[in-house]
Amino acid sequence: MKWTDQRIETWVGVMLRTGVMLAAALVLTGGILYLGHSHGPRPDYARFQAEPAQFTTLSGVLHGVAILNPECIIMLGLLVLIATPVARVVMCIVGFLFEGDRLYVAISTIVLAILLYSLFLHR
Amino acid sequence: MTTLEFSLFLFVTSIAAGLLGALSGLGGGVVIVPLLTLIFRVDIHYAIGASLVSVIATSSGAAAAYVREGFSNIRVGMFLEIATTLGALVGAWLTTRVPTHAIGIVFGVVLLYSAFTALKQHHDVITQRPDPLALRLRLLGSLPISPTAHQDYVAQRVPAGFGLMTLAGTLSGLLGIGSGAVKVIAMDQAMRLPFKVSTTTSNFMIGVTAAASAGLYLRSGYLAPALAMPVMLGVLLGSLIGSRLLVRIHVRTLKIVFALVIVALGVEMIVNSLQGKL
Repeated sequence: MKWTDQRIETWVGVMLRTGVMLAAALVLTGGILYLGHSHGPRPDYARFQAEPAQFTTLSGVLHGVAILNPECIIMLGLLVLIATPVARVVMCIVGFLFEGDRLYVAISTIVLAILLYSLFLHR
Repeated sequence: MTTLEFSLFLFVTSIAAGLLGALSGLGGGVVIVPLLTLIFRVDIHYAIGASLVSVIATSSGAAAAYVREGFSNIRVGMFLEIATTLGALVGAWLTTRVPTHAIGIVFGVVLLYSAFTALKQHHDVITQRPDPLALRLRLLGSLPISPTAHQDYVAQRVPAGFGLMTLAGTLSGLLGIGSGAVKVIAMDQAMRLPFKVSTTTSNFMIGVTAAASAGLYLRSGYLAPALAMPVMLGVLLGSLIGSRLLVRIHVRTLKIVFALVIVALGVEMIVNSLQGKL
């Protein structure tokens, strides 16, 4: 059982690293485009007002990416980044399934449900 | 100041934050919010969003290293993650309700506490006492302490550990940090797990906890892409450099120096919050 754990964790490590690199590449690309397009004084972040829907919904972000909106490309990168720990939990569920560990399939699924709730269903 | 200058300024500062986080062992997240709010005058909600993103980046980025060590206990981590992710939801909800200066004070206190615990010397108190709940949930394992010897362990006081993890998650959601310090304490002190297991398992958990609150922050509009961009990239670079440097540097002296910096930031946060300047 220890051996299977190690193997899964190795793959998890590879997946996480890849996810982070992909996310960083997207953020960097969006960042370069953003800086290339902006010439004025810097935005003021001292007062908080919620970001518009094109940055806070998946469809908004994807639409923005399709028209090469720099900030949407950055948001896509952030979404990929947030997805990496979620994918990690999914891989653990698969690993526990292979080991026939029903208790931990259940426990990991609960964690996954909480994560998916926060990302898609809340409010 | 133009956008380009501002972004570069943020980028360089974030590299320093990532470096500081990696070398002090406290993570980049703890320093980002104070730096953004105190130096760049960024509203704390935007700062928390950017910080949380950096926490996920460094956690997932560094994961491969911890995985190789093979000390983390996935089952313990996964079970406790129920507590941390639920806590993170509560914390992220709280952050929309609690006034900024209160968040600032809590943050300052957490900084002071993290610095204190980072410096404390540590002694493992390992037990193999068969705690019934731990055995039922299989919260146990075996830690290799030398090429030939293993140390078996069983988690203790599971409800207390679960409770502390909920707190860790709440703090993570409220403040946009990884709460690594609280997580390690919960596993190490409350649940009597070997220190190496606690630290590596905590690293494994931090990203998942942060992802739970990140989803909420994103949908509430707390993630400003143009702000998160230089911060995330800077912290990632800084922590990568920091973890390379760690191998060559005398850790203890560094920890003391950086703990002092963090204490200074903590005091600043509290003072600024009380003065209403945050």
